[in-house]
Amino acid sequence: MSNLLLVTILLGFVSFGYVYGRKYALAAGKKGGDIHKLHSRPAYHGMLIALWCGLPTLLILFVWQLIEPSIITSMIISSLPDTFSSLTPGPRGLILNDIRNLAQGLHFGSTVDPELLHASDYYLQLQQTGKNIKSASVIVIGIAALLVGFRHFSPGLRARNHVERIVRYFLICCSLIAIFTTIGIILSVLFEAIRFFQKIPLSEFLFGLTWSPQTSIRADQVAASGEFGAIPVFAGTMLISAIAMAVATPIGLLSAIYLSEYASKRMRAVAKPLIEILAGVPTVVYGFFAALVVAPFIRDAGASIGLQVSSESALAAGLIMGIMIIPFIMSISDDVINAVPQSLRDGSYGLGATKSETVKNVIIPAALPGIVGGILLAVSRAIGETMIVVMAAGLSANLTANPLQAVTTVTVQIVTLLVGDQEFDSAKTLAAFALGLLLFIVTLILNILALYIVRTYREEYE
Amino acid sequence: MLQTLSSTTPPVIESGNQTKTRARVSRDDRNTAGHPFVDKPRMSCRDVNVYYGDKKAINSVSIDIAENEVLAMIGPSGCGKSTFLRCLNRMNDTIAICRVDGTIKLDDQDIYDKKIDVVPLRAQVGMVFQKPNPFPKSIYENVAYGPRIHGLADAKTELDAIVERSLIKAGLWDEVKDRLDQPGTGLSGGQQQRLCIARAIAVGPEVILMDEPCSALDPIATATIEELISELKLQYTIVIVTHNMQQAARVSQRTAYFHLGDLLEVGQTDKLFTRPSHQLTEDYITGRFG
Ligand SMILES: Nc1ncnc2c1ncn2[C@@H]1O[C@H](COP(=O)(O)OP(=O)(O)OP(=O)(O)O)[C@@H](O)[C@H]1O
Ligand SMILES: [Mg+2]
Repeated sequence: MSNLLLVTILLGFVSFGYVYGRKYALAAGKKGGDIHKLHSRPAYHGMLIALWCGLPTLLILFVWQLIEPSIITSMIISSLPDTFSSLTPGPRGLILNDIRNLAQGLHFGSTVDPELLHASDYYLQLQQTGKNIKSASVIVIGIAALLVGFRHFSPGLRARNHVERIVRYFLICCSLIAIFTTIGIILSVLFEAIRFFQKIPLSEFLFGLTWSPQTSIRADQVAASGEFGAIPVFAGTMLISAIAMAVATPIGLLSAIYLSEYASKRMRAVAKPLIEILAGVPTVVYGFFAALVVAPFIRDAGASIGLQVSSESALAAGLIMGIMIIPFIMSISDDVINAVPQSLRDGSYGLGATKSETVKNVIIPAALPGIVGGILLAVSRAIGETMIVVMAAGLSANLTANPLQAVTTVTVQIVTLLVGDQEFDSAKTLAAFALGLLLFIVTLILNILALYIVRTYREEYE
Repeated sequence: MLQTLSSTTPPVIESGNQTKTRARVSRDDRNTAGHPFVDKPRMSCRDVNVYYGDKKAINSVSIDIAENEVLAMIGPSGCGKSTFLRCLNRMNDTIAICRVDGTIKLDDQDIYDKKIDVVPLRAQVGMVFQKPNPFPKSIYENVAYGPRIHGLADAKTELDAIVERSLIKAGLWDEVKDRLDQPGTGLSGGQQQRLCIARAIAVGPEVILMDEPCSALDPIATATIEELISELKLQYTIVIVTHNMQQAARVSQRTAYFHLGDLLEVGQTDKLFTRPSHQLTEDYITGRFG
């Protein structure tokens, strides 16, 4: 029986459990004369029976699916001659693969080792038995669970509470998945970074002024030992982010003010989606726009007034990144400004203030914490942005504050360190994880700060 | 100061059966009964209609507001009291779909005239809202806000004086004089409402409009505000919307009864509450409607 069929049958059981559980409870309630004698509404009783049947069976199915391959493999291995079990894991895996391929009817070459053929037959047989046991146990348990569910029913059963509890556990599981993923990512980055810091001292990484991660890939290669000072890379990130924020903050904020305070309903309905389209443009598109249009334009403009501008410049990348962030700042500011209570506006207008006085003296100060929070969130986006910078700002790690020169950023360096053929325990590759960890810490701090500010703001009005 | 004019029916003084006087105007009559006009009005409204989009919210209302009186506006919810009140200092301008026609004069000057600027108008006709709405600034800044935007004070000492005077008039000075730099939002509800009154007083208005100023307050804070209103009326003309008929009876000299956009009756407060002329007024104040 295929899994699809099995799941369909299970769903059948579950629906049966729900429909008839509900009817059963309804009938029981009616018979008792007073429907209010039922502790919970009939739908909850049905739901409880459905969950009782569905959850354990699906769980068994899932677990079976997980462990079946390893059980079968170990049984095959134990059935093979001793010469096989003495092999190292590499060749053993190859032979196992052969067996699996044979079982699926694929075989390469004309002659087949009879022992392997035998093993593959055994494999097929095991699989079949496994399937049968699985189907039988799932169906039997499903039916049993249904029966138990119906037996368990009594008008006083606290079905609603049970269902609510199950729902709660389900929701907890979902959020745990997200939490564990985050923890997993952090740990893996952390461990790799620790390996890096075993090779390169932390102080050199944090305070070194040169970034040139060229190390030898093979032992016999002659190469520089590489320098891993992260300051130029972070300086590049800061420079580009600063330019981006200098572009995005005023434009985003002012357009939010226009949209929420001045624009007519019709204007708002048209303009807001148009600006938000900016948020939907893939960053790689921004990137080639920056590299092919903006950067040459800046270079030519610079040349015409006698400035030396490199063709890849922090300015080009920062400008375009700023434009990318505008809708982000705008929509957060817009939300925050709209959340300023109308009563404050009325209070200000009622004193004879004009619109711009009201915006300047009441609305912006009231919305400021939220706006600042939004800006900080935008900064962490700017810091994490990669594509635009790769294409428009270059790769050379210059330690400079001049926006007309090429700089590089943390994310760009991570990309360049990891693309291509790499040895995964060289300092060069591991440096990517150290950069990633540092970047993560910086953006984490920014986000926490932003959330903190936004939250204290919320408390003020509710 | 207050004199009634154009009284078509002479006031009936019947000491014997004041509790049970028959109202005379029938329920179907939508004209204004009683005495809406006075001798020397501070503000006078004639045939005011207000529309929200296509919907008419105020239907041909004419009424005078006398100097230094407290006029109470009562009526069932949604009858247009706030709407009418907001016409008096053109706060309705901030609602895009709202349209006002008819004439509203302040000291013989039509406030809806094209030449009139709302900034000085709103300084002359101040407003206090239903829910206390102090700005999220310090107590001092809340009161100083109006004088600043109107440029009423050149020096810091002048501004300090205005702030102090306004807070004293609003009866809040003693409670806050030591913490003027603390946020206005940190005061209690009643204090906040008095802060809002101080804020309105600070720009030197002549008329103060109050839209249910006590509806978010407890009885003690309400009593404080009512006392304040009685003092303020010596200097200001006050129009107050209220759902609390005892409050209207306590603080006002005249009362206007609104009903579904119509102004049905205006009269001396004690008379309106004891011997209403309109049947619907009687229904409302005796609790049969609303
Ligand atoms: N901004 C608005 N847009 C559209 N209609 C409105 C608006 N404000 C009020 N109205 C309508 O105008 C009518 C009068 O409203 P208004 O707020 O003046 O009543 P009110 O007498 O103050 O009521 P309440 O005692 O509940 O405050 C109501 O029917 C209301 O639905
Ligand atoms: Mg109202």
